[in-house]
Amino acid sequence: MSPRMLAATARRVLAQLRHDPRSVALMVLVPTLLMILLRYVFNSSSVFDRVAPSLLTFFPFLLMFLTTSVTMQRERTSGTLERLLTTPAGKLDLLGGYGVAFSVISVVQVVLAALVSVWLGLSVAGSFGWLLLVALLSALLGVALGLLASAFARTEFQALQFMPVVVLPQFLLCGLFRPRGLMADVLRWASDVMPLSYAVEAVDHVTNDAGLGGDFWRDVAILAGCAVAGLTLAAATLRRRTT
Amino acid sequence: MTNNAVSVTGLRVVRGGTEVLRDLAFEVPSGTVTGLLGPSGSGKTTLLRCLLGVQKIAAGTVTVLGQAAGSPVLRTQIGYASQSAAVYDDLTVVENLRYFAAAVRAPAGDVDRVIGAVDLASYAGRLTGKLSGGQRSRVSLAVAMLGTPRLLVLDEPTVGLDPVLREDLWALFHRLVTDDTTLIVSSHVMDEAERCDALLLLRDGEVLAHETPRSLKDRTGAASMEDAFLRLVRAA
Repeated sequence: MSPRMLAATARRVLAQLRHDPRSVALMVLVPTLLMILLRYVFNSSSVFDRVAPSLLTFFPFLLMFLTTSVTMQRERTSGTLERLLTTPAGKLDLLGGYGVAFSVISVVQVVLAALVSVWLGLSVAGSFGWLLLVALLSALLGVALGLLASAFARTEFQALQFMPVVVLPQFLLCGLFRPRGLMADVLRWASDVMPLSYAVEAVDHVTNDAGLGGDFWRDVAILAGCAVAGLTLAAATLRRRTT
Repeated sequence: MTNNAVSVTGLRVVRGGTEVLRDLAFEVPSGTVTGLLGPSGSGKTTLLRCLLGVQKIAAGTVTVLGQAAGSPVLRTQIGYASQSAAVYDDLTVVENLRYFAAAVRAPAGDVDRVIGAVDLASYAGRLTGKLSGGQRSRVSLAVAMLGTPRLLVLDEPTVGLDPVLREDLWALFHRLVTDDTTLIVSSHVMDEAERCDALLLLRDGEVLAHETPRSLKDRTGAASMEDAFLRLVRAA
């Protein structure tokens, strides 16, 4: 691994985004606009207060998954990935660079959405900073799973089809629609192995408790572990030699 | 052996059940421009990918600059431009080159040097995707020239270029060749063969001829390279 190449990759991805202001605007604004929409769909600040935290982790996860899987697929089809793999650049330098660049975008995305949510009536008992940490980790998880999913897609079109497969089950089982403890055993087991569940659990800790216990840190560790594992698995799918 | 940039023996490649390269053996001496010619589908790109070490092979050995193809030490020593310009369309020319310069650990001044060499200085700040096809492939060529590659592998670098530009690029290729720098350039335009020091004619995954353009013409008694190739095919 070379920190210089990782930084160069992150800079390159951000430069690509700079030339595409429309995508940046969509990435940054959409979660916030959806939070506003949600607030008025429920038309109740107490319901909003209950679902907003989960969605603050879900939206970055979803958008980063989509962005990353399509971007990475493009990198594969354009031949730039193959070209990079003929250079000394390490696989983790490339994937890590993507992770860093998209994390930068996520921070902006999440800070804006969280601030607007608070203004719309979300109460956060714990520290706002921890809320951001959890949201950022879910974004990174989205990046990692998006990179991994792109390895199994041959076209951008297929890459998009992975969204319902990877993201929606996690969305349904993460505890947003029904507390995980009340689910049938099989569903709860499924939700236990889905990383997004831990993001939702962690963010619930932050919004409900001023003092954070060991449960919160366990959730954060699981989330971070899954993101790192996803990145590493994705790196393993990059082959320097192909058929 | 040591003054061969490339040495291939018994190379076989099978893709999707068909044999793409059949028992190839040849050597490319250092400090030459070798043209890899043949109709499309003859296995040119696959062979170039073997030299880069990115192609899985079924049998044989591929030695590049004294190392097994694909060995990590070669990664800074081979410059490669694939047939479709593998560059980022949503970056400017100079941003593309800066990034790939970091990847091959080339010195900072290299970016200006290669942009000048492919005559794109006035386009340095343009988005690569907005350039013409020929300009894009020159950006890709510039990427291949970054650093100090001892072997340049160029897959159809002159495709779709006008005659003047093709002339300029061939002049550039010959300037790049030194005692220690070797070029392998593929093309399916037989006219370009005359500009090479040696020719490797490929057909259906087999070497049809490996000699100088002059000896090929003399041997076949053909007036043009195109004609020489046709005669070889018919004789085979």
